[in-house]
Amino acid sequence: MSTTTVESGSAAPGPKTNRIGLTVIDYKGGKTTLCAGCGHNAISERIIEAMFEMGVEPEFVIKPSGIGCSSKTPAYFLTRSHSFNAVHGRMPSVATGALLANRKLICIGVSGDGDTASIGIGQFVHLMRRNLPIIYIIEDNGVYGLTKGQFSATADLGSKLKTGVVNDLPPIDTCALAIELGATFVGRSFSGDKRQLSAMLKAAIAHKGTVMLDVVSPCVTFNDHEGSTKSYKYVKEHEEILQEVSFVPHFEDIDVEYDSGSTIEVTMHDGSRLHLRKLEEDYDPTNKVRALTRLTEAHDEGEVLTGVFYVNPKAPNFLDMLNIVDEPLAKLPDSITRPGKEALDAVMEELR
Amino acid sequence: MATTDVVPREAAGGMGRKRIVNDMSIQVATVNGSGSQSSNTVLLRSIFQMGVPVSGKNMFPSNIAGLPTWYTIRANKNGYIGRKKEIDFLVAMNPETAQEDTMSLAPGASVLYDEPLALHKLRNDLVFYSVPYDKLVATVCPEAKLRKLVKNMVYVGVVANLLTIEMAEVEKAIRKQFAKKAKAANLNLAAAQAGFEYAKANLEKRGAFYIERMDKTAGKIIIDGNSAAALGCMFAGCTVVTWYPITPSSSLVETMIEYMKGYRIGPDGKATFAIVQAEDELAAIGMVVGAGWAGARSMTATAGPGISLMSEFAGLAYYVEVPGVIWDIQRVGPSTGLPTRTSQGDILSTAVLSHGDTKHIMLIPCSVEECFSMATDAFNLAEQFQTLVFVMSDLDLGMNNWMADPFPYPATPIKRGKVLSKEDLDRLGGFARYKDVDGDGIGYRTLPGTPHPAAAYFARGSGHNEKAQYSERADDFENNMERLNRKFETARSFVPRPEITKGNKAKIGIIGYGTSHWGITESRDQLRDEYAIETDYLRLRAYPFTREVHEFIEQHERIYVVEQNRDAQMLSLLKLDLRPELTTRLRSIAHITGLPLDARSITDELTSMEGK
Repeated sequence: MSTTTVESGSAAPGPKTNRIGLTVIDYKGGKTTLCAGCGHNAISERIIEAMFEMGVEPEFVIKPSGIGCSSKTPAYFLTRSHSFNAVHGRMPSVATGALLANRKLICIGVSGDGDTASIGIGQFVHLMRRNLPIIYIIEDNGVYGLTKGQFSATADLGSKLKTGVVNDLPPIDTCALAIELGATFVGRSFSGDKRQLSAMLKAAIAHKGTVMLDVVSPCVTFNDHEGSTKSYKYVKEHEEILQEVSFVPHFEDIDVEYDSGSTIEVTMHDGSRLHLRKLEEDYDPTNKVRALTRLTEAHDEGEVLTGVFYVNPKAPNFLDMLNIVDEPLAKLPDSITRPGKEALDAVMEELR
Repeated sequence: MATTDVVPREAAGGMGRKRIVNDMSIQVATVNGSGSQSSNTVLLRSIFQMGVPVSGKNMFPSNIAGLPTWYTIRANKNGYIGRKKEIDFLVAMNPETAQEDTMSLAPGASVLYDEPLALHKLRNDLVFYSVPYDKLVATVCPEAKLRKLVKNMVYVGVVANLLTIEMAEVEKAIRKQFAKKAKAANLNLAAAQAGFEYAKANLEKRGAFYIERMDKTAGKIIIDGNSAAALGCMFAGCTVVTWYPITPSSSLVETMIEYMKGYRIGPDGKATFAIVQAEDELAAIGMVVGAGWAGARSMTATAGPGISLMSEFAGLAYYVEVPGVIWDIQRVGPSTGLPTRTSQGDILSTAVLSHGDTKHIMLIPCSVEECFSMATDAFNLAEQFQTLVFVMSDLDLGMNNWMADPFPYPATPIKRGKVLSKEDLDRLGGFARYKDVDGDGIGYRTLPGTPHPAAAYFARGSGHNEKAQYSERADDFENNMERLNRKFETARSFVPRPEITKGNKAKIGIIGYGTSHWGITESRDQLRDEYAIETDYLRLRAYPFTREVHEFIEQHERIYVVEQNRDAQMLSLLKLDLRPELTTRLRSIAHITGLPLDARSITDELTSMEGK
């Protein structure tokens, strides 16, 4: 991009531009076709803001998704980015292939609770263990929306459908699973918590490894009633916030005062800083075992626990481990991808 | 045996009266996991080095160690390297199968057996040679635990003596086989020599079979089809390989890893490729599709069960129009079937793999040369037509050793298809992903990461219009499907053309493909020499069918379609493509036993259908 850099908050006339000279309009998507009030729309808005504020070049973003209401949302943000609405539960493999082909891309994969925890659980777990650099978002409402309200595998035990059917199986905690399997940035948020979700998304953009964000996002049509544990009302009443999350991007040269006794600072791969002000005294987001214990406690207490559960910015990611050249494989010239005649002659000689 | 040679064996029971030179098949029956592969390769190479055309086929169980396995070496002065139905020389090393193997031989065959098996008591119309392997191996191999592995090399020496294979060539082959392990080479050579000397001193040559020096293998190489395919893919500029292990395709990627490490590491020590073992075939094809969408030359290799699992993604790739190459090393289905046996059983299902109206390009190699050359064709076609290309190899081709001329350096340039760059977009202002601008049904695509605000499009498996926007409109759907059909029609003119062999106004045509070719070429000679039946022959190399296929069928009264499956799958595909009045000309010779199709089976069936 040959765009001029305009400092964020500079006094230039016209709409506010970010550090690469784009306005928030440049990050917008098409008009949503989801239900009015759907939590997913709020998440799309936060993605737009985070990408804008981080000054990400939209042409280098890819937005793979699976199938379902959540997986439709890439149409509603970042029109200037390539999307791939793939098959049900298989977005991780498409994202993996795309990043193998071009490691310079920034990948934000959107999935739902059905797309991830049921049909897609196989690809999900293998994605997590590879620590591929991807932001994996589950827009989690506990039901299948497009097929009209059946339970998904993240529905809580005892949660009730509109029809009165009660869920009698325990939920899969995608965050606990992701932490155990090797994801290096794992958190849960709520589509209604603008501030927390924004900070977590910006930190996600700065992270170079697998980010797994489970965003509870109520389904206003099929799962927002009394008896549901994924309704706006229930989440607001039962949300337990682990930390106050704030984020200082690397390009903003600001000294933020923080109390090291009450706040943990995590330096991200690109130099950005994630500040987690502890609301629970002894919580340490770099301790896997502690994270898993706390998530188990939250289940037992019926809490909707949100915050950054686990973060490790230093773990090697999958593309580094593969030792691929820096240039995107997709763009390597023939002179590099087709060895010369002497190479073939040498192989033939060995086979004689 | 259901069939014996039509030309009576004068040597049958005649024990040494007739000399049969450079025309035999040798079968070595061993136990899986006993290290017999090295011995078999040495025997094969020794004959090859004598200048005699040769092929080796491994018939092995789906097992790591302990079950019976057979290796068949065919030496033939005329260059017939397909499987021969009859065994002329049996090396019986496996007590478990020795009796049955011996009983199934035709009269006049030779049997070399381990002395304690006492096979000579079974029949009196065979030539028997016995060798006390354990005694011989104990003298050359002091280390008891190595004896099991070295024992097999003893028979190589015995066979060399009995068939007049020169010991110098055996030594050369052993040195090549154990090139990096001098100690192992010496030990194995001692074992082979012990066998040779024993035979010379103790066995009286009575069988009819001889290997004599020829000059038909000079300059040739020996390679299996999977290795040839791996090489081909490397030279085709492949950058992303994602796979899930499955017999008989695993060795394709495993060999490719070795080649890529050797020749595709950049000066900075970094790989110009990514090879990823996926969690299953669904993920393997998903990664191929993701990488193809993002602009890499991506591929996977699999077999029937994997193809079945890939079917949903195959439909996505067809409809979203994403390039990718899939090697199907066919094995016997349905279901798990016979995982270590060969077939051409995935043809029909792969042609239309996935739900809804889908069609896929298939390339069908018959030889190791084509495994190599079709790799470039496959990647070029995939990117030209923005679709998956399936290369339909099989176990016989993929896992067995074939001799070939050294592969020429690819003459075909790497062609990346219609991809718009930033500069193109600057000039055009924008583009419609699925618009048929050129009338060939092929739209223009952009790759993620193209720095232009109008570069992005929304790839989706749901209904879409020319601009890749979501659409459920009847006209959008129909127009798009018609364009996809036009694209497939265009492909007819670009896929590899069939190979046609025509004689003198034959009324009978044979259509075959893949490894059936080797049985067919030999069968055509049998038909001419034994029955005076002239045939023309068309070898299919791709689907969709090109114009020449229709013409060939029009030119012949009767067409025999020869293939290795039960349901005449290629014949069925041909019927879908042909004018109705031509379909009645097609007759099926479809065989599937799990063993490579032999000439005699074709000849017998064709002559029977011809009323001979």
